Amino acid sequence: MALELYLDLFSQPCRSVYIFAKKNNIPFEFKTVSLMNGDQCGCEFQKINLIKKVPALRDGDFRLAESIAILLYLADKFKTPDFWYPADLQQRARVNEYLSWQHSAMRLHGCRIFWLRVLIPKGLGMEVPQDKLDAALEDLNNSLKLIEEKFIEDRPFIAGDNISLADLVAIVEIMQPVGAGLDVFDGRPKLSAWRDRVRAAIGTELFDEVHQNVLGAKDNVKLMDATTMAIFKPKIKLFM
Amino acid sequence: MAARLLEVYLDLLSQPCRAIHILLGCTNIPHTVRTVALRKGENRTPEFTKLNPMQKVPVMVDNGFVLTESDAIMKYLATRYDVPQHWYPRQPERRARVDEYTAWHHTNTRPHAARVFLLEVLVPQQTGSPVDEGRLVRALSQLEETLDRLEAMFLRRQPFLCGDDITVADLLAVCELMQPEMSGRDVLQQRPALQRWRSRVQAAVGEAFHRAHAVLYAVRDRRAAKL
Repeated sequence: MALELYLDLFSQPCRSVYIFAKKNNIPFEFKTVSLMNGDQCGCEFQKINLIKKVPALRDGDFRLAESIAILLYLADKFKTPDFWYPADLQQRARVNEYLSWQHSAMRLHGCRIFWLRVLIPKGLGMEVPQDKLDAALEDLNNSLKLIEEKFIEDRPFIAGDNISLADLVAIVEIMQPVGAGLDVFDGRPKLSAWRDRVRAAIGTELFDEVHQNVLGAKDNVKLMDATTMAIFKPKIKLFM
Repeated sequence: MAARLLEVYLDLLSQPCRAIHILLGCTNIPHTVRTVALRKGENRTPEFTKLNPMQKVPVMVDNGFVLTESDAIMKYLATRYDVPQHWYPRQPERRARVDEYTAWHHTNTRPHAARVFLLEVLVPQQTGSPVDEGRLVRALSQLEETLDRLEAMFLRRQPFLCGDDITVADLLAVCELMQPEMSGRDVLQQRPALQRWRSRVQAAVGEAFHRAHAVLYAVRDRRAAKL
Protein backbone atom coordinates (compact mmCIF):
# COMPACT_ATOMS: atom_id res chain seq x y z
CA MET A 1 0.00 0.00 0.00
CA ALA A 2 1.37 3.39 -0.97
CA LEU A 3 2.07 6.11 1.54
CA GLU A 4 -1.06 8.20 2.00
CA LEU A 5 -1.07 11.88 2.89
CA TYR A 6 -4.36 13.44 3.92
CA LEU A 7 -4.18 17.10 2.95
CA ASP A 8 -6.05 20.32 2.33
CA LEU A 9 -3.75 22.95 0.80
CA PHE A 10 -5.81 25.68 2.42
CA SER A 11 -4.05 24.65 5.63
CA GLN A 12 -0.51 25.81 6.27
CA PRO A 13 0.84 22.58 7.81
CA CYS A 14 -0.55 20.64 4.83
CA ARG A 15 1.39 22.92 2.51
CA SER A 16 4.70 22.27 4.20
CA VAL A 17 4.15 18.50 4.05
CA TYR A 18 3.05 18.66 0.40
CA ILE A 19 5.98 20.85 -0.67
CA PHE A 20 8.45 18.61 1.17
CA ALA A 21 7.07 15.43 -0.38
CA LYS A 22 6.94 16.88 -3.92
CA LYS A 23 10.34 18.53 -3.73
CA ASN A 24 11.93 15.28 -2.63
CA ASN A 25 9.99 13.11 -5.08
CA ILE A 26 8.47 11.09 -2.28
CA PRO A 27 5.82 8.83 -3.78
CA PHE A 28 2.48 9.26 -2.10
CA GLU A 29 -1.23 9.13 -2.64
CA PHE A 30 -2.83 12.53 -2.18
CA LYS A 31 -6.00 12.08 -0.19
CA THR A 32 -8.02 15.26 -0.38
CA VAL A 33 -9.68 16.45 2.77
CA SER A 34 -11.76 19.53 2.24
CA LEU A 35 -11.91 21.50 5.48
CA MET A 36 -14.55 23.81 4.06
CA ASN A 37 -16.75 20.81 3.34
CA GLY A 38 -16.23 19.38 6.79
CA ASP A 39 -14.48 16.24 5.53
CA GLN A 40 -12.38 16.20 8.66
CA CYS A 41 -15.48 15.40 10.67
CA GLY A 42 -16.42 12.36 8.61
CA CYS A 43 -16.23 8.82 9.96
CA GLU A 44 -13.74 7.64 7.34
CA PHE A 45 -11.23 10.31 8.21
CA GLN A 46 -11.63 9.77 11.91
CA LYS A 47 -10.35 6.23 11.47
CA ILE A 48 -7.12 7.76 10.22
CA ASN A 49 -6.82 10.53 12.68
CA LEU A 50 -8.73 10.79 15.92
CA ILE A 51 -8.02 14.46 16.32
CA LYS A 52 -9.83 15.13 13.05
CA LYS A 53 -7.07 17.35 11.81
CA VAL A 54 -4.97 17.59 8.72
CA PRO A 55 -2.32 16.79 7.74
CA ALA A 56 -2.35 13.08 8.51
CA LEU A 57 -0.12 10.28 7.25
CA ARG A 58 -0.83 6.61 6.79
CA ASP A 59 2.08 4.32 5.98
CA GLY A 60 0.78 0.78 6.05
CA ASP A 61 -0.46 0.27 9.59
CA PHE A 62 1.39 3.31 10.87
CA ARG A 63 -0.65 6.46 11.34
CA LEU A 64 0.72 9.84 12.25
CA ALA A 65 -0.66 13.31 12.89
CA GLU A 66 1.08 16.67 13.43
CA SER A 67 2.91 18.17 10.46
CA ILE A 68 6.21 18.51 12.32
CA ALA A 69 6.22 14.80 13.21
CA ILE A 70 5.23 13.91 9.64
CA LEU A 71 8.03 16.03 8.15
CA LEU A 72 10.66 14.50 10.43
CA TYR A 73 9.36 10.99 9.72
CA LEU A 74 9.47 11.54 5.94
CA ALA A 75 12.96 13.10 6.10
CA ASP A 76 14.26 10.05 7.91
CA LYS A 77 12.38 7.37 5.98
CA PHE A 78 13.20 8.74 2.55
CA LYS A 79 16.73 9.82 3.42
CA THR A 80 16.19 13.32 2.08
CA PRO A 81 19.25 15.60 1.63
CA ASP A 82 20.90 16.39 4.94
CA PHE A 83 20.21 20.14 4.86
CA TRP A 84 16.48 19.63 5.41
CA TYR A 85 17.06 18.20 8.91
CA PRO A 86 20.83 18.20 9.48
CA ALA A 87 22.53 15.34 11.24
CA ASP A 88 24.86 17.90 12.84
CA LEU A 89 23.52 18.21 16.39
CA GLN A 90 23.74 21.96 16.73
CA GLN A 91 22.20 22.70 13.35
CA ARG A 92 19.46 20.17 14.03
CA ALA A 93 18.84 21.82 17.39
CA ARG A 94 18.42 25.19 15.63
CA VAL A 95 15.80 23.65 13.35
CA ASN A 96 14.04 22.01 16.31
CA GLU A 97 14.12 25.30 18.20
CA TYR A 98 12.22 27.07 15.43
CA LEU A 99 9.80 24.17 14.90
CA SER A 100 9.00 24.26 18.61
CA TRP A 101 8.70 28.04 19.03
CA GLN A 102 6.46 28.53 16.02
CA HIS A 103 3.45 26.57 17.38
CA SER A 104 2.46 29.20 19.90
CA ALA A 105 3.89 32.14 18.01
CA MET A 106 3.99 32.50 14.22
CA ARG A 107 1.46 29.75 13.57
CA LEU A 108 -0.97 30.98 16.18
CA HIS A 109 -0.69 34.61 15.15
CA GLY A 110 -0.89 33.88 11.42
CA CYS A 111 -3.96 31.69 11.95
CA ARG A 112 -5.68 34.29 14.09
CA ILE A 113 -5.19 37.04 11.51
CA PHE A 114 -6.59 34.77 8.81
CA TRP A 115 -9.67 33.95 10.85
CA LEU A 116 -10.26 37.54 11.91
CA ARG A 117 -9.77 39.06 8.45
CA VAL A 118 -11.23 36.33 6.21
CA LEU A 119 -13.00 33.34 7.73
CA ILE A 120 -15.08 35.12 10.36
CA PRO A 121 -16.22 38.20 8.41
CA LYS A 122 -16.51 36.61 4.96
CA GLY A 123 -17.16 32.96 5.73
CA LEU A 124 -19.35 33.36 8.78
CA GLY A 125 -20.66 36.85 8.07
CA MET A 126 -19.82 38.08 11.54
CA GLU A 127 -18.30 41.39 12.54
CA VAL A 128 -14.88 41.42 14.15
CA PRO A 129 -14.22 44.12 16.79
CA GLN A 130 -11.42 46.49 15.85
CA ASP A 131 -9.58 45.99 19.13
CA LYS A 132 -9.29 42.25 18.41
CA LEU A 133 -7.89 43.01 14.95
CA ASP A 134 -5.40 45.47 16.40
CA ALA A 135 -4.21 43.03 19.06
CA ALA A 136 -3.87 40.23 16.49
CA LEU A 137 -1.85 42.47 14.21
CA GLU A 138 0.46 43.46 17.05
CA ASP A 139 1.08 39.80 17.91
CA LEU A 140 1.77 39.01 14.28
CA ASN A 141 4.24 41.88 14.02
CA ASN A 142 6.02 40.67 17.15
CA SER A 143 6.36 37.17 15.71
CA LEU A 144 7.65 38.49 12.39
CA LYS A 145 10.15 40.67 14.24
CA LEU A 146 11.47 37.67 16.16
CA ILE A 147 11.73 35.65 12.96
CA GLU A 148 13.81 38.40 11.36
CA GLU A 149 15.96 39.28 14.34
CA LYS A 150 16.47 36.00 16.12
CA PHE A 151 15.78 33.15 13.76
CA ILE A 152 17.10 34.54 10.48
CA GLU A 153 19.41 37.18 12.00
CA ASP A 154 22.31 37.54 9.57
CA ARG A 155 22.10 34.08 8.01
CA PRO A 156 20.78 33.16 4.57
CA PHE A 157 18.42 30.62 6.16
CA ILE A 158 17.31 29.83 9.73
CA ALA A 159 19.83 27.02 10.33
CA GLY A 160 22.64 28.54 8.26
CA ASP A 161 23.66 28.38 4.64
CA ASN A 162 20.96 26.03 3.42
CA ILE A 163 17.18 25.78 3.53
CA SER A 164 15.79 23.43 6.19
CA LEU A 165 12.42 22.31 7.52
CA ALA A 166 12.45 25.41 9.71
CA ASP A 167 12.31 27.74 6.69
CA LEU A 168 9.67 25.58 5.02
CA VAL A 169 7.40 25.60 8.06
CA ALA A 170 8.02 29.32 8.55
CA ILE A 171 7.20 30.37 5.00
CA VAL A 172 3.90 28.50 4.72
CA GLU A 173 2.70 30.12 7.95
CA ILE A 174 3.85 33.59 6.86
CA MET A 175 1.91 33.20 3.61
CA GLN A 176 -1.35 32.84 5.54
CA PRO A 177 -1.61 36.52 6.55
CA VAL A 178 -0.62 37.38 2.97
CA GLY A 179 -3.68 35.41 1.88
CA ALA A 180 -5.65 37.52 4.33
CA GLY A 181 -4.61 40.62 2.40
CA LEU A 182 -1.67 41.74 4.55
CA ASP A 183 1.58 42.40 2.75
CA VAL A 184 3.85 41.33 5.58
CA PHE A 185 6.92 41.65 3.37
CA ASP A 186 6.37 45.35 2.74
CA GLY A 187 8.88 47.32 4.80
CA ARG A 188 10.73 44.16 5.78
CA PRO A 189 13.66 43.86 3.38
CA LYS A 190 15.40 41.12 5.38
CA LEU A 191 12.25 38.99 5.46
CA SER A 192 11.64 39.62 1.73
CA ALA A 193 15.16 38.61 0.81
CA TRP A 194 14.81 35.46 2.89
CA ARG A 195 11.45 34.72 1.26
CA ASP A 196 13.05 35.00 -2.18
CA ARG A 197 15.80 32.57 -1.19
CA VAL A 198 13.30 30.10 0.28
CA ARG A 199 11.02 30.33 -2.76
CA ALA A 200 14.01 29.74 -5.07
CA ALA A 201 15.25 26.80 -3.01
CA ILE A 202 11.81 25.17 -3.03
CA GLY A 203 11.28 25.98 -6.70
CA THR A 204 9.17 28.95 -7.73
CA GLU A 205 6.69 26.83 -9.69
CA LEU A 206 5.98 24.46 -6.81
CA PHE A 207 5.85 27.32 -4.30
CA ASP A 208 3.41 29.37 -6.38
CA GLU A 209 1.24 26.38 -7.29
CA VAL A 210 0.82 25.38 -3.64
CA HIS A 211 -0.08 28.90 -2.53
CA GLN A 212 -2.64 29.59 -5.22
CA ASN A 213 -5.63 28.75 -3.04
CA VAL A 214 -4.72 30.78 -0.02
CA LEU A 215 -3.61 33.80 -2.07
CA GLY A 216 -7.08 33.96 -3.58
CA ALA A 217 -8.72 33.61 -0.16
CA LYS A 218 -9.63 37.21 0.59
CA ASP A 219 -11.51 37.44 -2.69
CA ASN A 220 -12.78 33.87 -2.98
CA VAL A 221 -14.01 32.95 0.47
CA LYS A 222 -17.77 33.27 0.35
CA LEU A 223 -20.46 33.00 2.97
CA MET A 224 -20.58 29.40 4.13
CA ASP A 225 -23.70 27.27 4.03
CA ALA A 226 -25.36 26.27 7.30
CA THR A 227 -23.64 22.88 7.59
CA THR A 228 -20.18 24.34 7.08
CA MET A 229 -20.94 27.22 9.44
CA ALA A 230 -21.86 24.71 12.12
CA ILE A 231 -18.37 23.23 11.84
CA PHE A 232 -16.52 26.55 11.89
CA LYS A 233 -18.56 28.56 14.37
CA PRO A 234 -17.40 26.70 17.53
CA LYS A 235 -13.80 27.54 16.68
CA ILE A 236 -14.42 31.29 16.85
CA LYS A 237 -13.74 31.24 20.57
CA LEU A 238 -10.16 30.19 19.84
CA PHE A 239 -9.53 33.41 17.98
CA MET A 240 -11.80 36.10 19.40
CA MET B 1 40.78 17.20 28.72
CA ALA B 2 38.60 20.22 29.36
CA ALA B 3 35.39 19.46 31.23
CA ARG B 4 32.23 19.99 29.28
CA LEU B 5 30.48 23.08 30.47
CA LEU B 6 26.74 22.46 30.34
CA GLU B 7 24.61 25.11 31.99
CA VAL B 8 20.86 25.32 32.17
CA TYR B 9 19.02 28.47 33.16
CA LEU B 10 15.88 27.40 34.96
CA ASP B 11 13.06 28.56 37.19
CA LEU B 12 11.59 25.47 38.83
CA LEU B 13 8.21 27.17 39.03
CA SER B 14 8.16 26.86 35.23
CA GLN B 15 6.81 23.64 33.79
CA PRO B 16 9.25 23.15 30.89
CA CYS B 17 12.16 23.94 33.22
CA ARG B 18 11.13 21.12 35.54
CA ALA B 19 10.97 18.67 32.64
CA ILE B 20 14.59 19.46 31.79
CA HIS B 21 15.62 19.32 35.44
CA ILE B 22 14.12 15.83 35.76
CA LEU B 23 15.81 14.59 32.58
CA LEU B 24 19.19 15.87 33.76
CA GLY B 25 18.59 14.47 37.24
CA CYS B 26 17.78 10.94 36.24
CA THR B 27 20.33 10.64 33.45
CA ASN B 28 23.23 11.98 35.52
CA ILE B 29 24.42 14.32 32.78
CA PRO B 30 26.96 16.65 34.46
CA HIS B 31 25.55 20.14 34.46
CA THR B 32 25.17 23.38 36.40
CA VAL B 33 21.78 24.89 37.13
CA ARG B 34 21.60 28.68 37.07
CA THR B 35 18.43 29.80 38.77
CA VAL B 36 16.41 32.55 37.12
CA ALA B 37 13.58 33.72 39.37
CA LEU B 38 10.86 34.97 37.03
CA ARG B 39 8.85 36.46 39.90
CA LYS B 40 11.84 38.68 40.71
CA GLY B 41 12.29 39.72 37.08
CA GLU B 42 15.66 37.97 36.79
CA ASN B 43 14.77 37.10 33.20
CA ARG B 44 14.75 40.80 32.35
CA THR B 45 18.27 41.70 33.47
CA PRO B 46 20.67 42.98 30.78
CA GLU B 47 22.86 39.85 31.20
CA PHE B 48 20.00 37.42 30.77
CA THR B 49 18.51 39.42 27.89
CA LYS B 50 21.89 39.23 26.15
CA LEU B 51 21.77 35.46 26.56
CA ASN B 52 18.13 35.19 25.47
CA PRO B 53 16.51 38.26 23.89
CA MET B 54 13.13 36.57 24.33
CA GLN B 55 13.66 36.78 28.11
CA LYS B 56 12.33 33.30 28.68
CA VAL B 57 13.38 30.13 30.44
CA PRO B 58 14.59 27.45 29.96
CA VAL B 59 17.86 28.25 28.22
CA MET B 60 20.66 25.74 27.72
CA VAL B 61 24.29 26.69 27.12
CA ASP B 62 26.51 23.78 26.11
CA ASN B 63 30.11 24.92 25.73
CA GLY B 64 28.93 28.22 24.33
CA PHE B 65 26.10 26.82 22.22
CA VAL B 66 22.90 28.59 23.30
CA LEU B 67 19.56 26.85 22.83
CA THR B 68 15.99 27.69 23.85
CA GLU B 69 12.72 25.70 23.69
CA SER B 70 12.39 22.78 26.10
CA ASP B 71 11.64 20.08 23.54
CA ALA B 72 14.58 21.15 21.36
CA ILE B 73 16.79 21.18 24.46
CA MET B 74 15.68 17.74 25.63
CA LYS B 75 16.08 16.17 22.18
CA TYR B 76 19.56 17.73 21.98
CA LEU B 77 20.57 16.44 25.42
CA ALA B 78 19.17 12.96 24.74
CA THR B 79 21.25 12.75 21.57
CA ARG B 80 24.42 14.55 22.64
CA TYR B 81 24.90 12.66 25.87
CA ASP B 82 25.02 8.98 26.64
CA VAL B 83 21.46 8.50 27.87
CA PRO B 84 19.26 5.40 27.56
CA GLN B 85 17.65 5.37 24.13
CA HIS B 86 14.09 5.14 25.40
CA TRP B 87 14.11 8.87 26.25
CA TYR B 88 14.08 9.74 22.54
CA PRO B 89 14.06 6.50 20.54
CA ARG B 90 16.06 6.09 17.36
CA GLN B 91 13.62 3.73 15.66
CA PRO B 92 11.65 5.95 13.21
CA GLU B 93 8.10 5.00 14.18
CA ARG B 94 8.80 5.20 17.90
CA ARG B 95 10.57 8.51 17.45
CA ALA B 96 7.67 9.81 15.35
CA ARG B 97 5.29 9.08 18.23
CA VAL B 98 7.40 11.29 20.52
CA ASP B 99 7.63 14.03 17.87
CA GLU B 100 3.87 13.82 17.43
CA TYR B 101 3.28 14.33 21.14
CA THR B 102 5.82 17.14 21.58
CA ALA B 103 4.17 19.03 18.70
CA TRP B 104 0.62 18.45 19.98
CA HIS B 105 1.73 19.43 23.49
CA HIS B 106 2.31 23.06 22.45
CA THR B 107 -1.27 23.71 21.43
CA ASN B 108 -3.02 21.40 23.87
CA THR B 109 -1.55 20.27 27.20
CA ARG B 110 0.65 23.31 27.69
CA PRO B 111 -1.75 26.19 27.05
CA HIS B 112 -4.79 24.52 28.60
CA ALA B 113 -3.14 23.42 31.85
CA ALA B 114 -1.21 26.68 32.10
CA ARG B 115 -4.40 28.69 31.72
CA VAL B 116 -5.93 27.07 34.79
CA PHE B 117 -2.81 27.94 36.77
CA LEU B 118 -2.81 31.47 35.36
CA LEU B 119 -6.41 32.13 36.35
CA GLU B 120 -6.22 30.48 39.76
CA VAL B 121 -2.78 31.60 40.90
CA LEU B 122 -0.86 34.07 38.77
CA VAL B 123 -3.50 36.63 37.80
CA PRO B 124 -5.01 36.97 41.31
CA GLN B 125 -1.49 37.18 42.74
CA GLN B 126 -0.42 39.91 40.35
CA THR B 127 -3.62 41.95 40.32
CA GLY B 128 -4.94 41.33 43.82
CA SER B 129 -8.37 40.62 42.33
CA PRO B 130 -10.39 37.48 43.04
CA VAL B 131 -10.39 34.54 40.65
CA ASP B 132 -12.54 35.11 37.55
CA GLU B 133 -14.85 32.15 38.10
CA GLY B 134 -16.50 32.32 34.67
CA ARG B 135 -13.18 32.13 32.85
CA LEU B 136 -11.91 29.45 35.19
CA VAL B 137 -14.92 27.22 34.49
CA ARG B 138 -14.29 27.54 30.74
CA ALA B 139 -10.58 26.87 31.18
CA LEU B 140 -11.28 23.76 33.26
CA SER B 141 -13.70 22.53 30.62
CA GLN B 142 -11.09 23.05 27.91
CA LEU B 143 -8.56 21.15 30.02
CA GLU B 144 -11.01 18.27 30.43
CA GLU B 145 -11.25 17.97 26.64
CA THR B 146 -7.48 17.94 26.40
CA LEU B 147 -7.22 15.25 29.07
CA ASP B 148 -9.84 13.19 27.22
CA ARG B 149 -7.61 13.35 24.14
CA LEU B 150 -4.45 12.66 26.11
CA GLU B 151 -6.03 9.42 27.30
CA ALA B 152 -7.74 8.43 24.06
CA MET B 153 -5.06 9.38 21.54
CA PHE B 154 -1.79 8.98 23.36
CA LEU B 155 -1.97 6.95 26.54
CA ARG B 156 -4.65 4.51 25.44
CA ARG B 157 -3.65 1.14 26.95
CA GLN B 158 0.08 1.87 27.00
CA PRO B 159 2.17 2.36 30.12
CA PHE B 160 3.48 5.71 28.84
CA LEU B 161 2.29 8.33 26.36
CA CYS B 162 4.38 7.11 23.45
CA GLY B 163 4.73 3.40 24.17
CA ASP B 164 6.15 0.93 26.66
CA ASP B 165 8.89 3.19 27.97
CA ILE B 166 9.06 6.67 29.41
CA THR B 167 10.15 9.36 26.94
CA VAL B 168 10.73 13.12 27.04
CA ALA B 169 7.05 13.43 26.09
CA ASP B 170 5.95 12.07 29.48
CA LEU B 171 8.19 14.58 31.29
CA LEU B 172 6.76 17.53 29.38
CA ALA B 173 3.20 16.39 29.97
CA VAL B 174 3.51 15.51 33.64
CA CYS B 175 5.17 18.82 34.52
CA GLU B 176 2.38 20.80 32.85
CA LEU B 177 -0.26 18.78 34.66
CA MET B 178 1.47 19.36 38.01
CA GLN B 179 1.32 23.16 37.67
CA PRO B 180 -2.27 23.63 38.91
CA GLU B 181 -1.14 21.86 42.12
CA MET B 182 0.15 25.24 43.18
CA SER B 183 -3.43 26.13 44.09
CA GLY B 184 -3.95 22.66 45.52
CA ARG B 185 -5.78 21.44 42.41
CA ASP B 186 -5.15 17.89 41.23
CA VAL B 187 -6.38 17.97 37.64
CA LEU B 188 -6.15 14.18 37.43
CA GLN B 189 -8.36 13.57 40.47
CA GLN B 190 -11.18 12.03 38.47
CA ARG B 191 -8.96 10.16 36.05
CA PRO B 192 -7.58 6.90 37.39
CA ALA B 193 -5.81 5.93 34.15
CA LEU B 194 -3.85 9.20 34.03
CA GLN B 195 -3.17 8.97 37.78
CA ARG B 196 -1.62 5.55 37.24
CA TRP B 197 0.42 7.00 34.37
CA ARG B 198 1.62 9.82 36.61
CA SER B 199 2.65 7.27 39.26
CA ARG B 200 4.56 5.27 36.67
CA VAL B 201 6.40 8.42 35.56
CA GLN B 202 7.25 9.27 39.17
CA ALA B 203 8.50 5.73 39.78
CA ALA B 204 10.56 5.77 36.58
CA VAL B 205 12.37 9.02 37.46
CA GLY B 206 12.60 8.45 41.21
CA GLU B 207 13.91 11.26 43.41
CA ALA B 208 14.38 13.56 40.41
CA PHE B 209 10.61 14.17 40.35
CA HIS B 210 10.45 15.40 43.92
CA ARG B 211 13.63 17.45 43.61
CA ALA B 212 12.19 19.24 40.58
CA HIS B 213 8.84 19.85 42.29
CA ALA B 214 10.13 20.85 45.75
CA VAL B 215 9.71 24.59 45.11
CA LEU B 216 6.22 24.09 43.72
CA TYR B 217 5.18 22.03 46.77
CA ALA B 218 6.57 24.71 49.06
CA VAL B 219 4.52 27.40 47.33
CA ARG B 220 1.44 25.19 47.43
CA ASP B 221 1.84 24.51 51.14
CA ARG B 222 2.43 28.20 51.97
CA ARG B 223 -0.74 29.15 50.10
CA ALA B 224 -2.75 26.43 51.81
CA ALA B 225 -1.47 27.57 55.21
CA LYS B 226 -2.75 31.08 54.53
CA LEU B 227 -6.32 29.95 53.90
